Amino acid sequence: MLNLRILIVAIALTFCSSISAIAHHDDLNAHITALAKGGLKDRAKQVDHLLKTGDPKIIPVLEHLADGTLFMQKADRAVVLTEKNGKKYTTTDPLTGERKTDIAKGALKKIKTNNSLRRKINEGLNLFSLSSADPAVRLDAAQSLLKTRTETALAFINVSIEKETVEEVKTAMKNVQAVLRLSIGKDTAERLAALETIAQMGGREALPILAQISDDPNPYIVARAAKIEATILKELKLWDSLQNVWYGLSLGSVLLLASIGLAITFGVMGVINMAHGEMVMIGAYSAYVAQQVVLALSPTLVGYSLVLALPLAFLTAGTIGFVMERGIIRFLYGRPLETLLATWGVSLFLQQTVRTVFGPTNQEVANPDWMSGALAVGEISLTWNRIWILLFAAAVFVFLFFLLKKTRMGLQMRAVTQNRSMASSMGIKTPWVDAFTFALGSGIAGIAGVALSQIGNVSPNLGQTYIIDSFMVVVFGGVGNLWGTLIGALSLGIANKFIEPFSGAVLAKIMVLTFIILFIQKRPRGLFALKGRAVEQ
Amino acid sequence: MSFKLSRFATTLAIGASLLTATVAKADDETIKVGVLHSLSGTMAISETTLKDAMLMLIEEQNKKGGVLGKKLEPVVVDPASNWPLFAEKARELIDVNKVSAVFGAWTSVSRKSVLPVFEELNSILFYPVQYEGEESQRNVFYTGAAPNQQAIPAVDYLMKEEAVERWVLAGTDYVYPRTTNKILEAYLQAKGVAKEDIMISYTPFGHSDWQTIVSDIKSFGSAGKKTAVVSTINGDANVPFYKELGNQGIKAEDIPVVAFSVGEEELAGLDTSPLVGHLAAWNYFQSVDADINAEFVTAWRAYTKNPKRVTNDPMEAHFIGFNMWVKAVEKAGTTDADAVIDAMIGIAVPNLSGGYSAMMPNHHITKPVLIGEIQEDGQFEIVYETPGLVPGDAWSDFLPDSAKLISDWRAPMSCGNFNTETKLCGGKGTN
Repeated sequence: MLNLRILIVAIALTFCSSISAIAHHDDLNAHITALAKGGLKDRAKQVDHLLKTGDPKIIPVLEHLADGTLFMQKADRAVVLTEKNGKKYTTTDPLTGERKTDIAKGALKKIKTNNSLRRKINEGLNLFSLSSADPAVRLDAAQSLLKTRTETALAFINVSIEKETVEEVKTAMKNVQAVLRLSIGKDTAERLAALETIAQMGGREALPILAQISDDPNPYIVARAAKIEATILKELKLWDSLQNVWYGLSLGSVLLLASIGLAITFGVMGVINMAHGEMVMIGAYSAYVAQQVVLALSPTLVGYSLVLALPLAFLTAGTIGFVMERGIIRFLYGRPLETLLATWGVSLFLQQTVRTVFGPTNQEVANPDWMSGALAVGEISLTWNRIWILLFAAAVFVFLFFLLKKTRMGLQMRAVTQNRSMASSMGIKTPWVDAFTFALGSGIAGIAGVALSQIGNVSPNLGQTYIIDSFMVVVFGGVGNLWGTLIGALSLGIANKFIEPFSGAVLAKIMVLTFIILFIQKRPRGLFALKGRAVEQ
Repeated sequence: MSFKLSRFATTLAIGASLLTATVAKADDETIKVGVLHSLSGTMAISETTLKDAMLMLIEEQNKKGGVLGKKLEPVVVDPASNWPLFAEKARELIDVNKVSAVFGAWTSVSRKSVLPVFEELNSILFYPVQYEGEESQRNVFYTGAAPNQQAIPAVDYLMKEEAVERWVLAGTDYVYPRTTNKILEAYLQAKGVAKEDIMISYTPFGHSDWQTIVSDIKSFGSAGKKTAVVSTINGDANVPFYKELGNQGIKAEDIPVVAFSVGEEELAGLDTSPLVGHLAAWNYFQSVDADINAEFVTAWRAYTKNPKRVTNDPMEAHFIGFNMWVKAVEKAGTTDADAVIDAMIGIAVPNLSGGYSAMMPNHHITKPVLIGEIQEDGQFEIVYETPGLVPGDAWSDFLPDSAKLISDWRAPMSCGNFNTETKLCGGKGTN
């Protein structure tokens, strides 16, 4: 009898719960369909409703909404998740996850979002992510909760901490717990303890948290917070100067790349080559062409198009340099003013040619994945593209140094530039050495262009941005000396970056230029002057 | 030899007479329209597009039968991004080519350079780019946005929708950003933003190393208040700026950047996936959902034979300006500058966002203001639109010097800078 009663209750309960499950499903469905209606404000309300249900089923819907891949089918007004599939879209039912047909874009209407909606969704989804199976997702969620400081998260965090097994994630969660306890807690002892956790955390993320309680009614809290803030700021100052050194090195490496080709054409050969910037530009366009070619052949390998771009840029720019030397410059040796005007003319010609062929607008050279994002070292972030460019600049420098000092070609180049008639008497074909030296300088400028395409514009004007800086570096470092170019580039970069925070970018540039003018007055031959008879001629 | 030479001379003579004949014929039967945009040099990146847009508009008008029964003939010159050359080329267009109106200039300095020419030779210039205001000249029609049609609504949007309390005003170091930022600073302070919550930073033209400034923005944004960047960074410098933002991990949800000089054309040279959500304020986006816009985009792509070619705001300004000019010429019945200038005021033509834009007595036009968020495909998603049209204000109400100035080119006032306090014309700046 008793058993029977229990059975009936159990059956009734199951029935009820299945009814409520159906009702719940319908309710979710209604809110999801409603996402497609009205403006952004209405959508925000629906998102709130969905988040309030706490049902993990809503995660894919909201994720797609935030990513801009949630669409409404125009035919039946149903909301679907989509994934791009060639020219069509594969649609999926938002709740059942059932795959539907591929649909053309015209039959779909995008459900719009904006920043505040995306923020709301991410804040809401973070709570779900806290109980994800993947520790990386949990860590991510905890870290973004530290930024958003969602007050409702405290209850979730308290539960999650108990279950957490990964130490790193646990620390992150404890930090969030402390931050939330600090801002919504009432008990002074608990809040002070939370402050200590934040002090331990330190870093730039702690600053906004401390700033927010600076007008707290509790004087103990305020005093302690101020003290912690002072300590953090002191620490950050140290990091700031380290950061400036890094920024300086990275600017220096860009300057080095831009000017190292000029160190050969101007520095070693003495040709005032105003078209040097255009060689860099042609290198950057080679990177673009290489990318397009790889994209056409095999889109998956596009990340490696830079590998193809390097020889392409070297050969293209080198060939143009070679033709320039044979066709124009060799008739103008010893006439610097004419060389300057002629090469300037060539630079205008090259610019306009590129403009006619590729169009005047910027071309997109994508950053490969391994060159995007940043590496966090303590309180500073080193962006990957800058790290690679620094390494690349070093490699180019070493290569060139080796070429000039250790190879037969380098020996001939040095011989010809130091004493032309003697070199000629020794049987060196000086005109050809001139041509190849110029081609080498241009080719090096070309591969520099490939690197610079990763941090700036690829447009016909690219060369002009770098030409002044390049001459500055070579003149400052000392004409005819590779070491001078290296030291010159790095010291100008670092000087610029240490002045910039105080004076602003505009004044920093002016100050560096003024310094160089004064320096040249004192030492006309730059940092590392060549000595000897050859120089006096 | 002498035979050859004489034959050569004859050919030359025939050629020359043919040439003069065609020129004379052209003089009789066409109306000339000048296009003054740089096709080489730094500004070619932006201005070449506008030249093509003008040629397309003229071609379309000719298909419709031209103006006053005559065909329009474009005269294109290249001022090569060289500011003094702008003045020379403008003079050439008006004096030598006898154009009826000129569409052109992009940077404020090029506009300032041609102003005296247009005044002296009494011709008409249509200027299609958003600018800093503080100017109203009789011979110029400003079809781009004044600060109150772009900068102020954008800041309002961020204040209201994103609850921004701390502001970075970042710009390139020249007249447009400096004046705009001056206006914005005054506006923000009038709205109760404290001085220490505003950071202003200028960079040289073509600045490419943004590491320091982006990390400054990052630390300025970590003061516990919602921070936004208002960018008047111009031209090429934008690409490395956005790349650095993306790499240093500044997302639009944390610190949104609203830009006044970044449109579809600028984004075309950029991988926009890390930039989704950053904003731009314009009076037109290619993504505007209106039939007239769809037609325009299709026509533009057909004209340039490029199915992926994008449209942008200054193109729409030329579209509006050109149609206004056509209408004014038809209303005046002549291309005479004085008659057309008088006829222009009050002319209303369709804009590309589905409404009408009208020319006002201060030679600025009415426009809707749109705020868009950058999407992954390099287009903008419109997230806000002003409820009505915003009339362009030549003299900003937020600068003490210019708040008391008004501009009205209708008789009897006919003044670009009437001082409402002293009741005199000629309050400040150029008239």
